[in-house]
Amino acid sequence: MTTAKEDILARIRASLADNPQPAEPVRAYRRQSQLSAEATKEMLVDRLIDYKANVFYATEDSLPEKIEELLGANAHYVIPEGLNQAWLPEDTATRTRVTDSGNDQKSGALSLRELDKVDAVITNSTVSCAETGTIFLNSNPDEGRRAITLVPDRHICVVKESTIVELIPESIARISYERPVTMISGPSATSDIELIRVEGVHGPRTLDVIIVA
Amino acid sequence: MTAVSLGMPQVFHGEGNIFEKEPFPKYAKRELTNEQLRANLGFATGKIRTKRANVVGELPDWQDLRTAGSMIKQRVMANLPEYLEMFEKNFTAAGGHVHWARNATEANQIALDIIKAEGVNEIIKIKSMATAESGLNEYLEEHGVSAIETDLAEEIVQLADDRPSHILVPAIHFNRTQIRDIFKQKIEGVKVDLSDNPAELAEASRIRLRDKFFNNSVAVSGVNFGIAETGTLSIVESEGNGRMCLTLPNTLISFMGIEKLLPSFDDLEVFLQLLPRSSTGERMNPYTSMWTGVTPGDGPQNMHVILIDNGRTAVLSDEVGRQALHCIRCSACMNVCPVYERAGGHAYGSTYPGPIGAILSPQLGGIENEFNSTLPFASSLCGACYEVCPVKINIPDVLVDLRGKAVDFEKAQGKFKGGKKHPHPQMDAIMFGAKQLFRSGKMMELAEQALPASHLVTGKQHKISWLPGLIGGWTKYRDIPEPPSQSFRNWWKTTEHKSDKKRSSGERVEIAALIEANKGKREEAHAKANAAQSAREAQGE
Repeated sequence: MTTAKEDILARIRASLADNPQPAEPVRAYRRQSQLSAEATKEMLVDRLIDYKANVFYATEDSLPEKIEELLGANAHYVIPEGLNQAWLPEDTATRTRVTDSGNDQKSGALSLRELDKVDAVITNSTVSCAETGTIFLNSNPDEGRRAITLVPDRHICVVKESTIVELIPESIARISYERPVTMISGPSATSDIELIRVEGVHGPRTLDVIIVA
Repeated sequence: MTAVSLGMPQVFHGEGNIFEKEPFPKYAKRELTNEQLRANLGFATGKIRTKRANVVGELPDWQDLRTAGSMIKQRVMANLPEYLEMFEKNFTAAGGHVHWARNATEANQIALDIIKAEGVNEIIKIKSMATAESGLNEYLEEHGVSAIETDLAEEIVQLADDRPSHILVPAIHFNRTQIRDIFKQKIEGVKVDLSDNPAELAEASRIRLRDKFFNNSVAVSGVNFGIAETGTLSIVESEGNGRMCLTLPNTLISFMGIEKLLPSFDDLEVFLQLLPRSSTGERMNPYTSMWTGVTPGDGPQNMHVILIDNGRTAVLSDEVGRQALHCIRCSACMNVCPVYERAGGHAYGSTYPGPIGAILSPQLGGIENEFNSTLPFASSLCGACYEVCPVKINIPDVLVDLRGKAVDFEKAQGKFKGGKKHPHPQMDAIMFGAKQLFRSGKMMELAEQALPASHLVTGKQHKISWLPGLIGGWTKYRDIPEPPSQSFRNWWKTTEHKSDKKRSSGERVEIAALIEANKGKREEAHAKANAAQSAREAQGE
């Protein structure tokens, strides 16, 4: 008895009996941006807003203030273990943060029910593609494991200007396949009912992007 | 599974939902009487067409991306055994398990075994063409396992106990009021005053499924792209239900057709541009996930991929038809097809509707099985599907080739012999000798020289508004534009290429010329069909 694998491979080889020899793929599409950094940033903002993300600006120094403003006085939010704590406002009696360890098999990781109860998650990001308005998370310590940017209803995401590129090929070049990748283009959405776009189905219904100079 | 030997190497066709269940014209004719389906589909395809055209128009290098996409896929197919083994090695090294399935039943069986081993009787699912093709949900149901669809449209269709009508917007045949009624009837504990506002309906789904996401330990998905060199899998989606299924359960089973591979991770830079713009008409879909095997402490720790043949190797055996395996399931060809827009997805019987379905189903399932031989005729060969295809699948070319095979098959059945009863004799008459006609340049030329004669039957309005018998079922709802008085090929010859090299008789007709000659016919067909529809409505039919 041959295995399914052996059978399938044998079938494929029989089907390729004509021995096709396709040419090396031609990659004449754009792989290097010609845009200035400023124009690239403007493009990203335009596309983020087009997909109903909220865009804010800050510097490293003004970041805590901006995040404080976005969270308001009453908020319980989660951060990944590797997030730069200097970016965050001081905790108050009514505004508290909790740190997720990044490994749900070890202590210090929030349960799904706990994640469902937080008001927001704050993370950094790896690279952002201006042309498509896409933010890439690559499971780095300051981005956390995937569940923490999925279950909470609001994602506040920091995008450093130095991480903005124009093109998808430039973005792919900056991520690693060795850790999970999540590409985010606006809040979760559906157009399944009469093709009317509704922001927010299962993922975070609010996406706040803070662009940091 | 059927194994067919026609003096050729044996090919193995697939099974499951890859068959037309009755002749396409008959099915389509019935679907055409469904006014709501036609109105909704017309609205949906029109809207997505416009969105697609806008975002494709934004890219100066769209044609370069299409070329790269097509060439990469050709490379994958030519080296499929090597890439599959490379993928298996890398996915396994990253902590995953790889299974191989010759057909749909084997794939379903493998999935069931894994589910049973986990000891559960309910699983959550991401919308997947491969599992729709294999009939996984029904199979699991028979074995006591409920599969919960989590894509909103699939959820609606599943709750309504219906079938998807479009691969991208499967519930487009329901309007919001119907969806509200389905939800009120089928979702336990849904609020009694649920309105038909889409946002409120989406909220109802969010509340229902959150518990399913949190409580289920097994998820089943399809795959958009698998990377041979790294063992990475990727899924594109909109709602976040995909991320939930890919992240929260401990066990993930992914169904993947053997043709879904790309050689390297960098190849995603091409396909992640081609797919969303062609599919939903967005610059990028809201969420794309990529994962390489198991990540400790993050996401499923028990990861399975089922590599499925189910007729794909049969498709691969055809030098003309194998390009159908390049398909990335974007649905752009459906949204531009005048036949699909009016007949709807159900009329194609198979999981794969529209122009791509018309070339994929007969090849996957065998043109000789059920009524698959009627599918290649579900097209006006206007060429719009080829123009929008992100990986340049020459659908009209394959359609013409398959029409020849359909005729061969019917001929072998003795259906052209005089006096024999046959369900659609007009089709026979039209298709008699079609293979020779389309395949031979000389014959095609002779046939085209006869074109001016057809003007005799077109009448004063210069359109053919009635044809007898089978074809009449189609022309009753739309007018076929009058054939051009001079064919492109004859025009070409009389103007430029008088000394054109003679093609050998076995050579196929240059389909690009046919497409060129038919340019603009799609809009014309749309306009005429709409005008005829308005006229009928005005008469109060």
